[in-house]
Amino acid sequence: MKMTKRIWIHSVVGAATAAALTSVAWAQGAPVKIGVLATLEGPFAAGGADGMRGAELAIRQRGGVVAGRKIEMVRASSNANPDVAVNAVRKLVEQDKVDLVVGPLSGGEGIAVKDYSKTQPNMTFINGGSGAQATTLQNPSPNFFRFNTEGAQWMVGLGKAAVDKGYKRVMVIAEDYAFPYSQVQGFMSEFCRLGGKVPVKAWVPLGGKDYSSVIARIPKDVDALLVVLGGADAVNFLNQYEAAGGDKPMMGGSITVSQDVLNYRGKRRDSLVGTISAGPYADSFDGADWKAFVADYQKNYPVSAGGYPSPSLFALVYYTNMKAALDALEQVKGDLSGGQAKYREALSKLELKMPTGTVKLDSNRQAIGTTFVTEVVKDSKGDLTTRVLRKVDNVDQMLGMKREEFQMGSRDVPACP
Amino acid sequence: MSAAQWRRAMNGGLRHAAGSSGQPPVRVQASAVASGAAAVDPYADSDAPRWLKFLWRTLSARHVLTFGLALVFPFVATPFFTFQVAAQALVLGLIALSLTFLGGYGGIVSLAQMSVAGMAGYALAILGASSTPISLDWPWWLAVIFAVLIATVCATVIGWLSVRTEGIYTIMITLAFGVAFYYLALQNYTLFNGFQGFQKVYPPHVLGVNWRDPLPFYFLSLFWAMAGYFAVKWIVRTPFGVALQGVRDNPRRMAALGFNVVAHRVAAYAVAGFMAAIGGVLMVWYNGLITPGSVNTGWQINILVIAVLGGMRHPIGAFLGAIIFVLLQTFAIDLIDRERFNLVIGVVFLAIVLFSPDGLLGLWAKLRRRFGSDPSVTSPSHRQ
Repeated sequence: MKMTKRIWIHSVVGAATAAALTSVAWAQGAPVKIGVLATLEGPFAAGGADGMRGAELAIRQRGGVVAGRKIEMVRASSNANPDVAVNAVRKLVEQDKVDLVVGPLSGGEGIAVKDYSKTQPNMTFINGGSGAQATTLQNPSPNFFRFNTEGAQWMVGLGKAAVDKGYKRVMVIAEDYAFPYSQVQGFMSEFCRLGGKVPVKAWVPLGGKDYSSVIARIPKDVDALLVVLGGADAVNFLNQYEAAGGDKPMMGGSITVSQDVLNYRGKRRDSLVGTISAGPYADSFDGADWKAFVADYQKNYPVSAGGYPSPSLFALVYYTNMKAALDALEQVKGDLSGGQAKYREALSKLELKMPTGTVKLDSNRQAIGTTFVTEVVKDSKGDLTTRVLRKVDNVDQMLGMKREEFQMGSRDVPACP
Repeated sequence: MSAAQWRRAMNGGLRHAAGSSGQPPVRVQASAVASGAAAVDPYADSDAPRWLKFLWRTLSARHVLTFGLALVFPFVATPFFTFQVAAQALVLGLIALSLTFLGGYGGIVSLAQMSVAGMAGYALAILGASSTPISLDWPWWLAVIFAVLIATVCATVIGWLSVRTEGIYTIMITLAFGVAFYYLALQNYTLFNGFQGFQKVYPPHVLGVNWRDPLPFYFLSLFWAMAGYFAVKWIVRTPFGVALQGVRDNPRRMAALGFNVVAHRVAAYAVAGFMAAIGGVLMVWYNGLITPGSVNTGWQINILVIAVLGGMRHPIGAFLGAIIFVLLQTFAIDLIDRERFNLVIGVVFLAIVLFSPDGLLGLWAKLRRRFGSDPSVTSPSHRQ
């Protein structure tokens, strides 16, 4: 009995000493823990997985080391619901004790995580893929940074392209939440200014399966449809529009004509050729940096290992934000002391060299960046891909309006019936 | 009829029912009530107030121990564990408790309990303060009272509409109500603000305490969880509760005895709705927001999973189930490297239900039986 007790005491003391020693060691050559949140469940599961690949790629390009410190990536998952996203981020921050958070992926989540970031003033939060305008326009948080441009910015240039194609009246079919509102605003503010009309806007629920009522509402006299649906929803719509014998030309939102849809093997596939859309990147952009980035992605994530033929939007935006996080960390030599104040300073001043162009931040810590207007074409291998029509630089969040007169996109703003 | 007469009538009736159907005798309750009015109740003659007598009868070393642990826990655990694991489990447990009450004692499996909680949450967000202009900015206490009231009324209406169905049809109709409410919240903009729902619905600062801080919120949840737990324990011993169990076991016999079966069931829905509503208010305060995602089919079923996981034989089951559920939701992603963590959650649920149809409580009772001690830990035993 006595013996057991002694052994027990010894082992407790031993364990305590070991713990103390390791914590000292930890403080010296400590790895940087970066939490990454993406939607690995729910409607954006495929996009979330590719976002993770993008974030990981930025780490791999540095050999897993920044400023002499090893990078440790802690994954977290949500299902595009803001409450789940906040729970996941709270676990990263308070339980896993990460140094930085990169994420989340979708708009509503972004706003919720931004609100949470205010309760953790000594932490730095860098967006993942979320593109709601409100995140950086309404009550911006001093420690939430977004190095990707958002939904409205992504559509700048599409209005002009539509007019050039001869579209005068356009019907909008979009999912009913903040991100598509922004996308539609980005398109309409330019399209309406150039004299275009949008007689009908149909807002459909996210993850909806049945689009027949929307398809029935398409007026005969519109020239084209603007479809702002993501991933599986877009594929569903395409199927049903095809089955209903629809023949209007289409324009896509930034996440409509992503790899998710281009890889789609249904009947509607060929009729996608000629679809114009706008977004923060283009598969076929021939900048040397972009080509290097794509090659790197393909080498790290070949199709046989679950990757896409070329990186999706989510891979790019997660890559962008993770790269910004690491570049700034390199600049401050891995110094995250003093409540990360120095690090945030470096982030705000960062001029990020991206494969698509240079990105810098505005006073609300929102990116000013490049937008591409693209058209879907078929390449020699028979794969659908996009061709760049136009590249628009220095797109900011105000879409060319003054800050006073700017109104955020909603179901009814802007309007030009 | 006095309460004692009620009890006598009920116990007599139940014993008959059990005997005639050739089942083992139904053990309605722990000792005091089950042994009927004829048995000696050691506290029956004292002058102590009724609630005190009730406490004396109900409390045991187990309760004191659990209560002690619950009190000490937040001072030992990290704020993360206090808030995200413990408080969330208590809130979800309270909502699941409403289902345990309905299912375990009323024989009604309703999938609409999360929707009722969501109605309370939405009512609170609409009447109280949030970052959305739709909110009416009422004082928090008024908003809470109305939120609970509205949700309870809605629960009663749901109960009244689905009361004449049995078994799987009840599940279907309550599922339908839940899905209808989800789509209403998702697609209505004037009142429910659609997909975006309501952000920044925080608990108030009262008495100089920010009730959203982990410690105060934990105790707030603990208070209401315990209130719910003891309310259920108390209700099932009242004449109403005993009659409800009679309705569960043999509605035709109860009707023949002159009980209004429909009224008892609707009342059970109302009581469960009240509990779920309080849980809903706490849930919104916990999340700080409410969106249709909080009341979708996934969550409706999660509440059933929690209740079944813990076991529906005893009110504590709901909380045990909630703890397991929250732990898995939070930490499964650490156990398995990639995107497959939902598999772990599924396998654990499957294993528990496979090895013990009565959930964790059943497992516990089985273990106790195997090792030879008193098998009667969990109270109302066999259902038909």
